[in-house]
Amino acid sequence: MQPFTTLTSTALPLRTENVDTDQIIPARYLTAVTQEGMGDGLFSWWRYARDGSPNPDFVLNQPQYQGSEILVAGRNFGIGSSREHAVWALTQYGFRAVISPAFADIFYNNSLKNGLLPIRLPEETVGRLLDLVEEVPHTSMCIDLPSQTVTLPSLDSGGSGEPEGPWTFDIDPFRKHCLLRGLDDLGYLLDKEEQISAFEAAASY
Amino acid sequence: MGKTLFEKIWDAHVIAQDEGAPAVLYIDAHLVHEVTSPQAFATLRERGLPVRRPDKTFATMDHAIPTRIGAVEVDWPDDAATQVRALRTNCADFGVPLFDIEGDIQGIVHVIGPELGITQPGMTIVCGDSHTSTHGAFGALAFGIGTSEVGHVLATQCLMQKQAKTFAINVEGSLGHGVTAKDIILAIIAKNGAGGGVGYVFEYRGEAIRALDMASRMTICNMSIEGGARAGLIAPDETTFEYINGRTYAPKGDAWDKAVAHWHTLKTDDDAVFDRELTLDATALEPMVTYGTNPGQGVPVTKRVPKASDLEDPAERRSLQSALEYMGLTEGQPIEGQHVDIVFIGSCTNSRIEDLRAAAAIAKGRRVSSHVEALVVPGSKAVKAQAEAEGLDRIFSEAGFEWRGAGCSMCLAMNDDKAGEGKYVASTSNRNFMGRQGPGSRSLLMSPIMAAAAAVNGRVTDVREIL
Ligand code: SF4
Repeated sequence: MQPFTTLTSTALPLRTENVDTDQIIPARYLTAVTQEGMGDGLFSWWRYARDGSPNPDFVLNQPQYQGSEILVAGRNFGIGSSREHAVWALTQYGFRAVISPAFADIFYNNSLKNGLLPIRLPEETVGRLLDLVEEVPHTSMCIDLPSQTVTLPSLDSGGSGEPEGPWTFDIDPFRKHCLLRGLDDLGYLLDKEEQISAFEAAASY
Repeated sequence: MGKTLFEKIWDAHVIAQDEGAPAVLYIDAHLVHEVTSPQAFATLRERGLPVRRPDKTFATMDHAIPTRIGAVEVDWPDDAATQVRALRTNCADFGVPLFDIEGDIQGIVHVIGPELGITQPGMTIVCGDSHTSTHGAFGALAFGIGTSEVGHVLATQCLMQKQAKTFAINVEGSLGHGVTAKDIILAIIAKNGAGGGVGYVFEYRGEAIRALDMASRMTICNMSIEGGARAGLIAPDETTFEYINGRTYAPKGDAWDKAVAHWHTLKTDDDAVFDRELTLDATALEPMVTYGTNPGQGVPVTKRVPKASDLEDPAERRSLQSALEYMGLTEGQPIEGQHVDIVFIGSCTNSRIEDLRAAAAIAKGRRVSSHVEALVVPGSKAVKAQAEAEGLDRIFSEAGFEWRGAGCSMCLAMNDDKAGEGKYVASTSNRNFMGRQGPGSRSLLMSPIMAAAAAVNGRVTDVREIL
């Protein structure tokens, strides 16, 4: 897993609530037996017209948001199917963090296991961030995992001109530790072999 | 202070809890299917690890496979065939038992688990599939996991988990005629919202729940995830034990008596406290239909689609407007009478023999409306065989429904069953997301009897009028 420490990037605004994993990556992209190629299917119902051409109205296709590594979305992001393909699609497309007022549990967990940082911020803050990046697309945001903060280092024309934030976010200390070092759960679990065997013996499993 | 059922199962499975780290939770049964497992097996290969407990791992194929009767594998789409072959190779290489479409036992993973007696009270059960919550109907702690976690369980039989909070959902009173378990769960989600259960495990309690058979309890627990909860539980009772007794993987003889004695202890203590509670009066429920693009957007069949002006929260308003635009519905319109193009009876929510019997009772002696395409997809080969033994297949066929083999079919549009652009699907499945049942498809979720009634009338119908 790629470690996550700090990230400074522009952000892509997705002003939609309840974005489900079927929207993030539709089932027809799930037929792969590897993780590759998922980025092409990201948001494909919205991103492509039925004939496969890019839909110019969808924010992902707008030139001002190209290269953004932060996605800002409405509440309940990632509801529905447990498909980890949704996280792979986001990371392969180039996202490294998603900011939303609330995430679905399975999506949140899957993100942490792939170095995609899910950041929960209050509804008003997310609303403010959406306004900002819609008005001034080249607003850059700085995410600092060690201090658990999001800041807007500078605001140009259209904004107030003053730096905003920092907004602090919560993250489980263990998950933070793993993200900062790029550690996955498997190594940790394999180290528990003794306890696992003892449990199995005691429970006559 | 006493413990809730969830806490009892949780505590019995935590094998390690390091300071500041999530708990290490032991998993009793791991169900595997073709779509979310290939990358997990690849991880095992990369790291040179075996499957730790192939005897606690069970695989089947359901999502990608065609269900058309007589569909032979050589004619399958390449990607479905590739996934199925990958699963066969992985199961053979790692010694995992596979219920293959070629054999006698196969079906939707959440239908065959209980059917085979794999699902038992007090267990922890996981699968790379969010509807693993279904198995909670037996008083098992069952939840969906991502593919990384599938790899963790394959390799160590354990998962790292944070303990969820508890949420009691009390359903009091008794259901009216024509009102089913599907209506209970759709009403709960409509009330509590699609995100209302995030971070919680539901426990469904109360008189109306106790009165339900296992198929109905599975319907309810199945859709816990649509309410935001990863898992939903119902305490086991005589109905549960009777269902399990004699099934292939059920304990036998002395082991059975011991198991039942233990299962009797699996209930929330009287003095236990839930983090949240919600109470619903079953007597007041009516058949439900969804009008939107998340499962919380549902109304009783006698009511109207809400108006944006009725909603206070701007986000809810926006979500309603975009849903109605996608669905081609008008705010304030009655949901009854809404035109339907396709009827899908199936999915892990409603494809058990009890569901098919109920739908067949409506279909019997009637005809599917001439503009409707209707299909019935049993949840497993066993359900299919049982239905055929009872003559349900003939009732459906004579009424103009297409009778299928076992699988997920039009629940998710990754096999060859897809609803067309703009088509209205009266569906017994669990998700009405945009494009879920095919590009541009518009799902109206409802119970099996409501779906059968919609097939016959070609429009959303209050089934109570024809019962
Ligand atoms: S029937 Fe639908 S919801 Fe159930 S496992 Fe299959 S695809 Fe998932």
